[in-house]
Amino acid sequence: MMSNFWSMGGYARYVWPCFGFAGVVLGWNLWAARRLLAGARLRSARALAMAAGDAR
Amino acid sequence: MNVGAGQAFVLIVRRELCLSFRRPEQLFQPLVFFLIVTTLFPLGLSLQLSQLRDIAPGVLWVAALLSSLLSLDSLFKNDADDGTLEQLALSGQGLTLIVVAKTCAHWLVTGLALVVVSPIVATALDIPIAAFETMMLSLALGTLTLSWLGAIGAGLTIGLRRGNVLLSLIVLPLATPLLIFGAAATERAISGTSTVGALYFLAALCVFTCTLAPFAATAALRITLE
Amino acid sequence: MWTWFYKLASPPYVYGVAAALMPWLLGGAALAIAYGLTAGLALAPPDYQQGDAFRMIYVHVPGAILSLTVYMVMAAASAVALIWRIKVGHAVAAASAPIGASFALMALVTGSLWGRPMWGTYWAWDPRLTSELILLFIYVGVMSLRSAFEDPARGDRAAALLAVVGVVNVPIVHFSVVWWNSLHQGATIVKLGAPSMPGSMLWPLLSMWLGFMLFYGAVLCTRVQAEVLNRERQAAWVREAIKS
Repeated sequence: MMSNFWSMGGYARYVWPCFGFAGVVLGWNLWAARRLLAGARLRSARALAMAAGDAR
Repeated sequence: MNVGAGQAFVLIVRRELCLSFRRPEQLFQPLVFFLIVTTLFPLGLSLQLSQLRDIAPGVLWVAALLSSLLSLDSLFKNDADDGTLEQLALSGQGLTLIVVAKTCAHWLVTGLALVVVSPIVATALDIPIAAFETMMLSLALGTLTLSWLGAIGAGLTIGLRRGNVLLSLIVLPLATPLLIFGAAATERAISGTSTVGALYFLAALCVFTCTLAPFAATAALRITLE
Repeated sequence: MWTWFYKLASPPYVYGVAAALMPWLLGGAALAIAYGLTAGLALAPPDYQQGDAFRMIYVHVPGAILSLTVYMVMAAASAVALIWRIKVGHAVAAASAPIGASFALMALVTGSLWGRPMWGTYWAWDPRLTSELILLFIYVGVMSLRSAFEDPARGDRAAALLAVVGVVNVPIVHFSVVWWNSLHQGATIVKLGAPSMPGSMLWPLLSMWLGFMLFYGAVLCTRVQAEVLNRERQAAWVREAIKS
């Protein structure tokens, strides 16, 4: 029965790459968004530190 | 001296035409490009003249699209470069009127020129003379729509580095319905079936674009000129 | 009610709300997608025509629906930003564009993989596929236009105008299967009358749709936080906000 699942009635070589690609897109979205936010926070912290440094 | 809206329109159109004819090379280049691109397809595909008829509508329209894109650059750029555009914007005539006048003048020297030259290209692609009427009508409607789509794109990309590439990137996806129906109309004219549906659709696209695009193009210019 | 609306225009408020909402949206998305995948891959019976290949619907259709939905959100946020000059609108539009483009790409690729066994071809120039491809091009155009300007505020406004102009394509994508008889299947869910799919196949699909929507919300929250920070880098509220 499990082999039935993996073979997807013979369509396995379309179905699994299909879901795989969808997973890659979702994963990329999470990764890229997190990376963007981390970068933005870093740049903000630097900008604030520089402004504080100038004010001294 | 107070100039009415109609007078201002005519003045600006005449100015544009005058400037265009002062540099005839700028007028001929897109037309020559049109001819060259049309030649590339048969050469690249090494087709017999009789086979060309099948690909002719598509080739004609793609070439028209690409050469129109080439000429869109000059719509606002020259005036933006020397400050005339800002002066026109401040002139109190309303930016929309100016945009409409400039785009109409642009179409007269580019789109209409393309329509006039198209029989030559059509002969090279073995399009039968019976199909010329539909072909030229569809090109006229299509290039007018394209001038307006291009006005929006040109307004958004004045003064950007590699602005022409971006302009093409913006205008071409929006122009695909034009390509599809224009080529369909020409193809139906060649095969002798009814072209009415495709032509009506092209006309509808044209009217839709001509009605709404002036406002979008004006907004685009306001964003760029601010 | 209007105070809430005014609050939404405030960058620090939006930043805070996005930060708080994100885990909930992501959790909800995970649950909905988990159920959808389990039921869709294992529990739903195979289709009598397409066999197990129909299961690709569980990523293809939600991806395609999202590609259109995200565009509408992006266009609406752009319109709000342009008309009322609310900068948060630009942040939402800028955040949505890459997400929507990725969903459009997902729709095209998963559709292509589904088309090969079903129609015999990886691609066809039929109206729905073509207009979805155009949608992807418009997304790319919006993103390219935004990044081409040296002045980010001007880039935001130009990209916003293009997003609004491009919205004409969305009804074309949706109605293309109605207006033209072509290869691609007609509407099965979003149409007048009951959906034409049996329950055991429909529920996982609806769950995947919901899951993808919640997922978009979660990713949007994170991206909006970043976009707001990028536009407000030195504002006073930022100091406290990034400490958390």
